[in-house]
Amino acid sequence: MSAMQTLVDLLAGRRDAASLAPRDWDGVIGVARAEAMLATLACRLEGASLPPTVAALFADLRAAAQVAQAQSLWEAEMARRALALPGIEFVLLKGTAYAAADLSCSAGRQIGDLDILVLAPDIRRAENALLNAGWEWVKSDPYDDAYYREHMHELPPLIHKARDRMIDVHHTILPRTHRITPDALALVSDAVTTDGGFATLCPADMAVHCAAHMLADGDLQGGLRNLWDFHCMTRDFAAADPGYWGKLDGRAAMHGLRGATHRAARLARDIYGATLPSGWNRHDPADRWYRRRLLARDDWGRATDFPLQQAFYIRSHWLRMPPPMLARHLWTKWRKR
Amino acid sequence: MRHHARIAVGPVQFRIGSDWAAPVAALRQLYAGYPPDDARPADATVRLFAARPWRRVLRPAVHIGGDFVVPDALPLPLSMGLLAAEMGMNLQVALGWRRHMLLHASAVARGGRALIMSGESGSGKSTLAALLGEGDWRLMGDEFTLIDPASGDALAFPRAVSLKNEAIGEMAARVDAARLGPLMAGTPKGDIRHLIPRADAIAAMHEPARPALLIFPRFGGVPAIEPMGEGEAFVRLTEASTNYVALGEAGFAALTRLVRETPAFGVSYPDSASGIALVEQLWAEAAR
Repeated sequence: MSAMQTLVDLLAGRRDAASLAPRDWDGVIGVARAEAMLATLACRLEGASLPPTVAALFADLRAAAQVAQAQSLWEAEMARRALALPGIEFVLLKGTAYAAADLSCSAGRQIGDLDILVLAPDIRRAENALLNAGWEWVKSDPYDDAYYREHMHELPPLIHKARDRMIDVHHTILPRTHRITPDALALVSDAVTTDGGFATLCPADMAVHCAAHMLADGDLQGGLRNLWDFHCMTRDFAAADPGYWGKLDGRAAMHGLRGATHRAARLARDIYGATLPSGWNRHDPADRWYRRRLLARDDWGRATDFPLQQAFYIRSHWLRMPPPMLARHLWTKWRKR
Repeated sequence: MRHHARIAVGPVQFRIGSDWAAPVAALRQLYAGYPPDDARPADATVRLFAARPWRRVLRPAVHIGGDFVVPDALPLPLSMGLLAAEMGMNLQVALGWRRHMLLHASAVARGGRALIMSGESGSGKSTLAALLGEGDWRLMGDEFTLIDPASGDALAFPRAVSLKNEAIGEMAARVDAARLGPLMAGTPKGDIRHLIPRADAIAAMHEPARPALLIFPRFGGVPAIEPMGEGEAFVRLTEASTNYVALGEAGFAALTRLVRETPAFGVSYPDSASGIALVEQLWAEAAR
């Protein structure tokens, strides 16, 4: 059995960690690191029967993830202070939001940049407030800068000069040029507040964004982690609110992301064993390509299936921008090489 | 991968895979005396690979990969495959290890007490550690020293010592040729030849040592010893640590304790003999 399959089986709880031969862990640890999910696995298997050295490594990772999470939340607090003065409201997105809301998927989850969402009319003021508070531009390339401003759903990335941490300021959740245009106003106006006082997307929007990020925007790199987020949050939200799946369906349709959200749910069922209600529990022959892409890694952690990777890469660009624009963009990028 | 080896250095178990036989064979030779634990799962994976299948054979270029990679790092020619493996192993430890605070420092121990030497590349910390390790010191490592946040102890990472340029001749004159790896001339870091630590140093690699003296060597200039304040030692060591920030409060506590409890000195020296003499003098007079 491949290490990737073993990894998802362990996460799904389909396989007992004690049933692995010691050397099976080589591959599992390798692919989990490659998917940025080793600390997630370490949290999932806390208390399981493991070889002593694996148990020690996992304990290290759990401790490190806790520190990293505290640092990410501190970064959110820094943004809050910077944006409080001009009175700009913002919503936390992705990893930091999951940590702030204490979702189960945040256990061990690696958090990269701080992602926040503000209303489009506030974006210039947010930019100024952050620049005044010590953030600065990462990219100086004028084409990239103009590209971000004209066509993307976020400002060019900013980095804090003292803390060396990046912030992505979004005004919506998909590029402006994307075929789909989610309702950004509804995302912000229906946001909910965590115990710590941060705003996050409401439970339905959070899962829609997760699915959009995984399936409608990117090329599925790191998709296994996004799918884990989706799986954990939909399971927990549905357990707390029996009407959740219905709300999710309505909200996904409103944002034009019903296809992506349903596909994410089916993939969560196929890969992590999610239980879906009727209406969601369908079959689509195209899903197999997504499953294959998500699990395309060998026991040494190397990405495999190059043609499929390329196909998903091209698909992501195809969705992001209309063909003439894509041609112009690739031409400019190619000339700059 | 087609060729692979498993190596345990200090607390880290590596799995090294390669598209070529030569780097793995060279590694096996270098690490033959290290106790193997083949059943133990690997903490870290290193991959030496050709970017395109034909580059295995045609002008072979060794790319360094693994759990952690440096984007856009240049590949090395196959003749330097052993260096690629070493760089790959260092990288995984530097970026991936979280159990201990990692100091980019060499260390030797005597009587359960450790002398830690931290400095930039070219400061001579590797050479000094290698030379001391041939005397009545136990070599703990020439590249990384691990500090246990819980106990404050130093732990060894005695990988094969990476001798550079003039240090190669200096050591070759003192040790059995069987303890030296192949000479790799003209690498991006100059000439390199590995030295296998003494068997007693390898056998004792899991034994912690109490930090007793911190030295910041500087090669060149007249022999001089300068006491260093806690603050300066602290700042220098944060810069010498690859995971200080990632460890958060535990890293701060470990480093604060280290500089508070361990006397620190800057040492300038014009040649190895005077360097060794100054280090021994400090050990006798100032070590805790």
